[in-house]
Amino acid sequence: MSEMSREEVEALISEVLEVYPEKAKKDRSKHLTPNDTSLEQSKKCITSNKKSLPGVMTIRGCAYAGSKGVVWGPVKDMIHISHGPVGCGQYSRAGRRNYYIGTTGVNAFVTMNFTSDFQEKDIVFGGDKKLAKMIDEIETLFPLNKGITIQSECPIGLIGDDIEAVAKTKQKEHGKTVVPVRCEGFRGVSQSLGHHIANDSVRDWVLGARDDDNSFEQTDYDVAIIGDYNIGGDAWSSRILLEEMGLRVVAQWSGDGTLSEMELTPKVKLNLVHCYRSMNYISRHMEEKYGIPWMEYNFFGPTKTAESLRKIAAQFDESIQAKCEEVLAKYQPEWQSVIDKYRPRLEGKRVMLYIGGLRPRHVIGAYEDLGMEVVGTGYEFGHNDDYDRTIKEMGNATLLYDDVTGYEFEEFVKKVKPDLIGSGIKEKYIFQKMGVPFRQMHSWDYSGPYHGFDGFAIFAKDMDMTLNNPCWSKLAAPWKKPESADEAIAASA
Amino acid sequence: MPSVMLRKDPEGKLTLYVPKRDLEDEIVSLEFDSDEKWGGELKLADGSSYYLEPIALPKLPMTVRVKRLVEAQ
Repeated sequence: MSEMSREEVEALISEVLEVYPEKAKKDRSKHLTPNDTSLEQSKKCITSNKKSLPGVMTIRGCAYAGSKGVVWGPVKDMIHISHGPVGCGQYSRAGRRNYYIGTTGVNAFVTMNFTSDFQEKDIVFGGDKKLAKMIDEIETLFPLNKGITIQSECPIGLIGDDIEAVAKTKQKEHGKTVVPVRCEGFRGVSQSLGHHIANDSVRDWVLGARDDDNSFEQTDYDVAIIGDYNIGGDAWSSRILLEEMGLRVVAQWSGDGTLSEMELTPKVKLNLVHCYRSMNYISRHMEEKYGIPWMEYNFFGPTKTAESLRKIAAQFDESIQAKCEEVLAKYQPEWQSVIDKYRPRLEGKRVMLYIGGLRPRHVIGAYEDLGMEVVGTGYEFGHNDDYDRTIKEMGNATLLYDDVTGYEFEEFVKKVKPDLIGSGIKEKYIFQKMGVPFRQMHSWDYSGPYHGFDGFAIFAKDMDMTLNNPCWSKLAAPWKKPESADEAIAASA
Repeated sequence: MPSVMLRKDPEGKLTLYVPKRDLEDEIVSLEFDSDEKWGGELKLADGSSYYLEPIALPKLPMTVRVKRLVEAQ
């Protein structure tokens, strides 16, 4: 199918919304729109960060998912207690593939699940005593942990436990950082508020720890990578580029990060923000309190990576800028060969995305480098400022959908007929059974890294592997195949 | 009385950020813009305006409480 016009997209949206009751239709229509690149502000065309409608299948998560799963979880030398019933921690354990270096269970704890396993009596009599006992047990069993965070699940807020008091006593008793995080799942409309709460807890309980300590040796080239969760090793393939350029990466937030890295971040010269949605809060705070400027960058695909590297280098002196050009020249043949190999196989293919955080806009450049076109994109939990940034990246009259429901997404795919879909695990098997090639873009479908020049090679290979897989032509049973296909086979025999 | 952050964006333009509303917009006009008296009515690019009790020229970025005067349409 060729490009859709603005009217066609509008007609498609109203056709899809036809099945809803009047009220739901009115509500949902605000979240779906054809893109208009002439707009400066997204709030004129799309509504976001609103409560999902009861009765529809939303793909969102909760505040606990945003705090424990995204922001705090990857900090490897701290133990993150899932405080409450056992399920939240168990079913989210190790699913996000935040890679880290360390010995699990000795000095790193990311893939382990610590939970206070609430029972009826804890709900009735309160769980503070259990939490205190648990922290003592952790200190005995895992003495090399650098700190503990208490990630609240829903019941904690409902029964009114005072986890802050427990945290303060235990912090004194053990002399380690203990962070209470009020990220009960029912707070907010999606995981987005969980990010904010987690950022605030970092601000209140961690960031100021070394304000009076000047023993850390600083250089003029100190930077921190903020909002890179090292999914499949993403932060590592970003970090080497920055280091080759002559910068010193002091901290990684929070993929493969540590507590002391977080404490040292106020001493850097520049914060580099990859995931704006989940970590802009802390960056803004550091700018205000410590005067550290921050900038967003994009390491998906060679065009955007080169653009971002130059932008980063421009913040420093000429020696860095010269080295930046050297790095770009060094990698240029490498990524050019990737494009030469895969572009002919992927040219002109159309992609629909529905993901969260930064990817709905950031990966567009990587697809364009491969000659592919993104025809629809949307955020699970984006805010207005995310859409502000997306409008400029997307083509005119492409589909934008916010917090799209399972039904709407399926209908859009049936009508738009993209060649590839990038979304989460819950969508994967539905679309694969519909015969549409699919990549799981939350944890890179068990592949990765995708950041940087090294990551781009893997990205291109994965997209080719999925799109040009021979299985897609074998989905229809031989006797149900259209006549022409039979003739083609007969002719080739 | 929303709490907002005033900052200079990378291009050096003065912006106002309202965290609760994800609103980040350029300040197009400032009622008082001198070193000792700075603030007053802040007009935003989207047509809304806020009132900041005049203060001495602050070090940006800074979080302040402002009064909402005119809503965006």
